[in-house]
Amino acid sequence: MADRNTVDLGTGSDDVQLRFRNDEQAGIAAVTVDSFLDQPDAEAVRVEPGDDARDLLPHLSRLRLVEVNFPSFGDGRGYSAARLLREHGYTGELRAVGDVLIDQLRYMRRCGFDAFAPDAPLDEADAAAALERFDHVYQPAADAAVPIWSLRHG
Amino acid sequence: MYQYDQYDQAMVDARVEEFRDQCHRRLEGKLTEDQFKPLRLQNGLYLQLHAYMLRVAIPYGTLSGTQMHALADIADKYDRGYGHFTTRQNIQYNWIKLEDCGDILADLAKVEMHAIQTSGNCIRNISSDQYAGAAADEVVDPRPYAELLRQWSSFHPEFAHLPRKFKICVIASEKDRAAMRLHDIGINIVKNDEGTLGAAFYVGGGMGRTPMIAPLIREFVPLDQMVTFCEAALRVYNRYGRRDNKYKARIKILVHEMGADEYTRQVEEEFAHLLEQGVEPPTAELDRIRSFFQPPEFVAGLPAKADRSDPDFALWIDRNCSPHKVAGYVSAAISLKPVGGIPGDASAQQMHLMADLAKEYSFDECRVTHAQNIILPHVEIGRLYELWQKLDEADLGTANLDNIGDIIACPGLDYCSLANARSIPVSQKISERFAANGKGELLGELKLKISGCINACGHHHAGHIGILGVDRKGVENYQLLLGGSEAEDVSLAKITGPGFNEDGIVDAVETVADLYLERREDGERFLDTYRRLGMDPFKEALYG
Amino acid sequence: MKILTGNDLKSGAVVWWDGKGWSIHITDAVDAGENAENIIAAEDAARRVNAAYAIEAEQTEDGPRPAHIKDRVRALGPTIRPDLAVPAADKMGWDWVI
Repeated sequence: MADRNTVDLGTGSDDVQLRFRNDEQAGIAAVTVDSFLDQPDAEAVRVEPGDDARDLLPHLSRLRLVEVNFPSFGDGRGYSAARLLREHGYTGELRAVGDVLIDQLRYMRRCGFDAFAPDAPLDEADAAAALERFDHVYQPAADAAVPIWSLRHG
Repeated sequence: MYQYDQYDQAMVDARVEEFRDQCHRRLEGKLTEDQFKPLRLQNGLYLQLHAYMLRVAIPYGTLSGTQMHALADIADKYDRGYGHFTTRQNIQYNWIKLEDCGDILADLAKVEMHAIQTSGNCIRNISSDQYAGAAADEVVDPRPYAELLRQWSSFHPEFAHLPRKFKICVIASEKDRAAMRLHDIGINIVKNDEGTLGAAFYVGGGMGRTPMIAPLIREFVPLDQMVTFCEAALRVYNRYGRRDNKYKARIKILVHEMGADEYTRQVEEEFAHLLEQGVEPPTAELDRIRSFFQPPEFVAGLPAKADRSDPDFALWIDRNCSPHKVAGYVSAAISLKPVGGIPGDASAQQMHLMADLAKEYSFDECRVTHAQNIILPHVEIGRLYELWQKLDEADLGTANLDNIGDIIACPGLDYCSLANARSIPVSQKISERFAANGKGELLGELKLKISGCINACGHHHAGHIGILGVDRKGVENYQLLLGGSEAEDVSLAKITGPGFNEDGIVDAVETVADLYLERREDGERFLDTYRRLGMDPFKEALYG
Repeated sequence: MKILTGNDLKSGAVVWWDGKGWSIHITDAVDAGENAENIIAAEDAARRVNAAYAIEAEQTEDGPRPAHIKDRVRALGPTIRPDLAVPAADKMGWDWVI
């Protein structure tokens, strides 16, 4: 948590509680979308709810980490931002940070998030149960889940 | 009717377990009320004035007899023996215990029902025309499209935390019986010049404190792209919808502030992108769903006329029965508006009876209307008299569909924690007044709608006569509005002037009704006369 | 006087602070005085009540009468269903509400 005091933005590796990737975690600090667009060598960005994730689309190839901040869990703009980035081919780490709660994890995973750095640590058993509860989905999204209509019609 | 397969069943069963777990964590203290509230709301559970209230989804208003029986059983087992049918074709129970919720959902799941997304800032139950599959004037049964959207919107990961609630309506006729253009998305299935079916999209309508009529944003979306178009419309809303002020967070405000043209441009851009993403179910899925909505086995050559020798029955036919696409049948409306009753309420006993009658007279199907009545969609004309007699015995035979006694009223301050004034007692007094003075029948079609606060759950903006309850220095006060319509001639009602007290508003309604009776011309409804005369003579009669 | 009300977390029933716990009868409600915020915070945290809040009320012969009609409706039940009134409360009569 020490780097919270020196860096305005970005979660440190220690803050990531759940991660669903096999690659090594990028030890880089995220910058604001504006800073990212100004710094041609920046590799990590933090998207705030009011940011337009489409601004990042021309730069996906140099991105290794995207943090999407949820200052309040009820503000769902980050779901669209995440899914859009995946639809446009971003394959790096997509980390949900902030007010990340158990009952939103499933939706976040479906929108393409593969790392979670919650403000308050989650009960891991509850989180695992929440993520495993539904065997099926009704619609395709940014994850690998096969929609029910596809199971029905092959 | 649609029937669940193992996948649909697995989804609702998993939801039951999820909500049991969420309730458990709330009671254990692992979830705060602030964290739990959106979870319970997305499962239809409110904390109301007196208790928890559970809203159960009735997708596009269609119920089997078995399902109606199950709703009655829930009213008896977990509530106080009655339920309230709502303007979004759902049912809600007013006296629910949090600790019973898991069991109630499990009971619902047994009959292929649920409470998923009946509240909260997500896509709500899809509503439709109560005469779907029966109406003489429909181009196609709209319910398969509504069912397709029900599945698409259920647990949609991107749209579970929208700026505000989101209501979609699907109809398929020029006549609008479902207030289509007062929805966040209104879809009208139409036939183009080549005879191909497609979806006309109206986006950004709604009532509430800032009523808006949805503009048309796309005349024709091919049916095999409808889900994708919805997805685009929602994504633009999720991106730009206001989050700073919950009273300006509905899509109607976005479309209004951004302009329908710019909103449309952005939706089209997103649509073009999403078409590449493979989000649309294959047409085989639509075909599969359609197969559940095949017409029942109607009998040909049935008598087209009923014996009208009983005048009360003849009146009920004229008021409450609608033309059917098959000769020898009608759709019959069961009014949940007995004189002096509580609009939309039905006792468990009445629900059981309606379930039995649906089985016996209407191919095991009934419908809930946005005006809070029940429809038996396919009744043989030759059997109407015995049906009506059974309804009448149970206080369900009132002949007042779309008349001044057929009042839409929100629960108001008797039940609702948001309300400023009571709606139900006002509706009772008006209904009693116009039954007693005999003018109710004389007035013909006159849609009266009452809301107990500006959130407009009682659709007062869309009433030929609307009443809005407000709080004036701690005392209930009622404003009068005239000239609204939720139908194909959609319009928003205008306020007449200063409000009235509870008895005053009943007198005021009679005053405007009398003026109409005096000034109407041949064939004019109240609304037509109001539109011809304008507000002034009504104001003059009210305020002198 | 200032009285406290909320809903029972499990049952949802309307309840009133009686000085020691929560009663379904408004006639049991006591003046919470300066302590209102502390009681609400403690009771809410202990999950003995949900969505509690303080209201102004007037002490009358029938007991405390809330200043706002909404809380008077809560105290007795829906005015249009006297059969569902809170037990023993209906003796106050519906005039008490309006």
